[in-house]
Amino acid sequence: MKRADRAAVWFVLPSLFLVALFSIYPICASVRLGFYRTILMLPWLGEKFVGLENYADLATDAVALQSLGVTLLFVGASATMEVLVGAGMALLLNESFRGRGLVRAAVLVPWAIPTVVSSQMWRYIFNYRYGLFNFLVFGRDTSRYIAPLAEPWLARAAIIFADVWKTSSFAALIVLAGLQTIPDELYEAAEVDGAGAWQKLRRITLPLLKPALLLALLFRTIDAFKVFDLVFVMTQGGPADATNVLQFYGYKKIFAEGMIGYGSAIAVGVFLISLALALLYIRLIGARVLEPGAAR
Amino acid sequence: MKTFLLPLAVAAVGIYSLLPFLWFVLASWKSPAQLTAIPPVIVPEFHWGFYRSAIVNYGLLGYIENSAIVAAATTVVSIAIGALAAYALTRFHAAWLRWYLLVLLCVSMFPQIAVAGPVWRILDALGWLNRYPGIIVAYISFSLPLAIWILSTFFKELPYEIEEAALVDGCTRAQALRRIVLPLAAPGIFTAAILVFIYAWNEFFFALIILTSPPLQTLPVGIALFPGEYTIPWGELAAASAIATLPLIALTLLFQRRIVRGLSAGAVKG
Amino acid sequence: MASLTVQNISKSFGQAGVIKNLSFEVRDGEFCVLLGPSGCGKTTLLRIIAGLEEASGGTIVIGDRRVDTLAPRDRDLAFVFQTYALYPHLTVAENLAFTLEVRGAARAEIRRRVDETAKTLGLDGLLARKPRELSGGQRQRVAVGRAIIRHPKLFLFDEPLSNLDAALRGEMRGELARLHKRLGATILYVTHDQAEAMTLADKIIVLDRGAIQQTGAPAEIYHAPANLFVAGFVGSPRMNFAEGAVNGAGLFIGEDCRFDVSEMLPDNVKRGDTPLTIGIRPEDLTIAADGPAAIEGRVEIVEDLGSDKFVHVASAGRGWVARMAPEAPLKPGGAVRLRAADGKLHIFHSGRRIGR
Repeated sequence: MKRADRAAVWFVLPSLFLVALFSIYPICASVRLGFYRTILMLPWLGEKFVGLENYADLATDAVALQSLGVTLLFVGASATMEVLVGAGMALLLNESFRGRGLVRAAVLVPWAIPTVVSSQMWRYIFNYRYGLFNFLVFGRDTSRYIAPLAEPWLARAAIIFADVWKTSSFAALIVLAGLQTIPDELYEAAEVDGAGAWQKLRRITLPLLKPALLLALLFRTIDAFKVFDLVFVMTQGGPADATNVLQFYGYKKIFAEGMIGYGSAIAVGVFLISLALALLYIRLIGARVLEPGAAR
Repeated sequence: MKTFLLPLAVAAVGIYSLLPFLWFVLASWKSPAQLTAIPPVIVPEFHWGFYRSAIVNYGLLGYIENSAIVAAATTVVSIAIGALAAYALTRFHAAWLRWYLLVLLCVSMFPQIAVAGPVWRILDALGWLNRYPGIIVAYISFSLPLAIWILSTFFKELPYEIEEAALVDGCTRAQALRRIVLPLAAPGIFTAAILVFIYAWNEFFFALIILTSPPLQTLPVGIALFPGEYTIPWGELAAASAIATLPLIALTLLFQRRIVRGLSAGAVKG
Repeated sequence: MASLTVQNISKSFGQAGVIKNLSFEVRDGEFCVLLGPSGCGKTTLLRIIAGLEEASGGTIVIGDRRVDTLAPRDRDLAFVFQTYALYPHLTVAENLAFTLEVRGAARAEIRRRVDETAKTLGLDGLLARKPRELSGGQRQRVAVGRAIIRHPKLFLFDEPLSNLDAALRGEMRGELARLHKRLGATILYVTHDQAEAMTLADKIIVLDRGAIQQTGAPAEIYHAPANLFVAGFVGSPRMNFAEGAVNGAGLFIGEDCRFDVSEMLPDNVKRGDTPLTIGIRPEDLTIAADGPAAIEGRVEIVEDLGSDKFVHVASAGRGWVARMAPEAPLKPGGAVRLRAADGKLHIFHSGRRIGR
């Protein structure tokens, strides 16, 4: 090792230590715990090795299977819609008009609001007696008012919508960055060639934007898997586990029921899915990091 | 057509982004009667009763204090440690440094549940559950990938030659760092600090499992677990939410450009 | 000022050696240019001398002091970067003063030297500006000023003019030459631009693939290139080359050309079947009005530069370039017969120059 590289170790060591202790070791420990039966708060009762039993239970656990389905639905629907809405916002923000800075800031506001706050906000709007939602749908006829968060499909739609509202601006930023890499000359050339606004969008913008759209989709997919706050505040996984996403289910198993072994099996499942997505992401973009000289 | 559609689209995006939260904030200024009125009252009375109640009856100031301490400490330490790592990552060539960057990238994508149980046990063993150091050290660890990524993209843009010029001009490494690198990197450091602060201010999952004792809880936990026996005290909840969100909206409006750059640096340039 | 002696410097990245056991000397007050194509190791060599990169082995002596184990700041040299590397957060005056300041010079002395340097380089009115408010040429001047303000023993320039447009480059070239004369400075200057090398240098070191190809005065490099690389690299348009062999009568016969080399060939080269390469510069090809022609072909393109004409001649499937007076009566498509000016042939055997 060269002298300079040895110096690098000291620079990196503090962060490496913390990341190893609080991210890398815990993941390994979770994988290990998935093969044991043990109680979180009562470690002195010991750990019993049960092999793949937790995973076998998981495969026949109706709630877990439903939870997987709900999670996939949530991730697929919210990520797709976020990219669509975000792309629309990005196309708008890429235009030049007076007050663009203000609109850009406005779009960022949902992103800046703590998820817990926006979840309470939606809960307020979806309130079954005096929520704005009911008023907008049914007017003054309070007899027809419903409790959206108590209806399985409406509750699912509500958490998806709440997520889209909060994070589509993030997708918009990624798409906007992609838009800004398209040189103006291309549009000028297309205009000279006689293309109209719609043709320019279809023949130039969208094809060249594909990588950015894919990236935004993947990024949102990875992040959507982490959904927890929304469900915790808006529905507590209900009604009847209709919105019980995997992270929430795992949380309940480990921290409400103390079943850290079984909960870890769920955690490992979620981890494997997101690892696959992370590797996909790295293939798409991170590979550049490994090229020599990329760091300089 | 464009002149007609553009203002329409701008208005739609503006309403979509701002109206829901504005509605919630308006609730904090309503009177109890206005809160449940049908049809809904749009213009509130602007009475501050719910804010007073949130502070007096629900201990809002305590939550704010906890959040401020935790977020500030996390930001300072995470940026300091992150800047060291980012400096090495952009100034030294070794191959393992690039692998480290990839590991950080991966780690930042894993859902919290994948580490939650063991993290709880580590903090339990240290006696740091329900204590500031526990939540702060966890937040530092989890915000480091973000901080390092953003700082590296900014450091990468500082030409190394400027540091070399300083070395030839007569600086030691430490002098070059202090007199040249830090002043030039200040905008990037500031941007990363804003994003880490927002992360720590908003984080809920780990706050929920680590801080179970109400006097220590942060704002997100307080707001998520807002007590209400039969009905939810929406007025107080809206007031607390408005206060919890105010600093973030202020940061966003003030530093919009930086935040946009920082976010797209973290996500796109990668 | 002082001399620079570089001995047995090597540097390798992984397997490939970038610089292979280089030795050379720059005399006190000499303007020495390191000339070579990009990737030949010239910038790496400069950075090793400055102490910005570590060599795998070798010694560097400035004056009578060995410096290769010292930090850059202790080597008493100045480095002008290709990108100028001005401190963007400091004004011009602060940029100039920086090196004196970190070395603890007295405030009055710093003021005096900054004023003096600014006057020398015509930066008087710009002292309060930040680098981003300067034009390319002004930045270049500040970079030079930052180097000369300290009166170091040695100046290192890394392609300092490559970011300027053509007109400014010519102007700055003249200014650098004047500055060198006035300061009597020892300069090691890296460039890939042969015009810079030819006009500025007392001595040129031609570098390729980490090895010295030739060292000499500009005229020597141009008129007596030591090998095929130097011959091909220096001169524009490029030297014409032809491969072939010399027969018993001392006549070089190539694919589409023949030259009488009997009087130029050294005695130790065997006549008959010795493979040789002939080089001839475009300006040394002339029209063979009558008498024997070395090359017969057809004019393909005529590039008229006003002062000269570059005539591209095709013969037997390959091309020759001749540089002619503007009034030369040549039209594309016409037949042409060329011969070499007397004594202007360069002869190479296995890549190295032989003869005369």
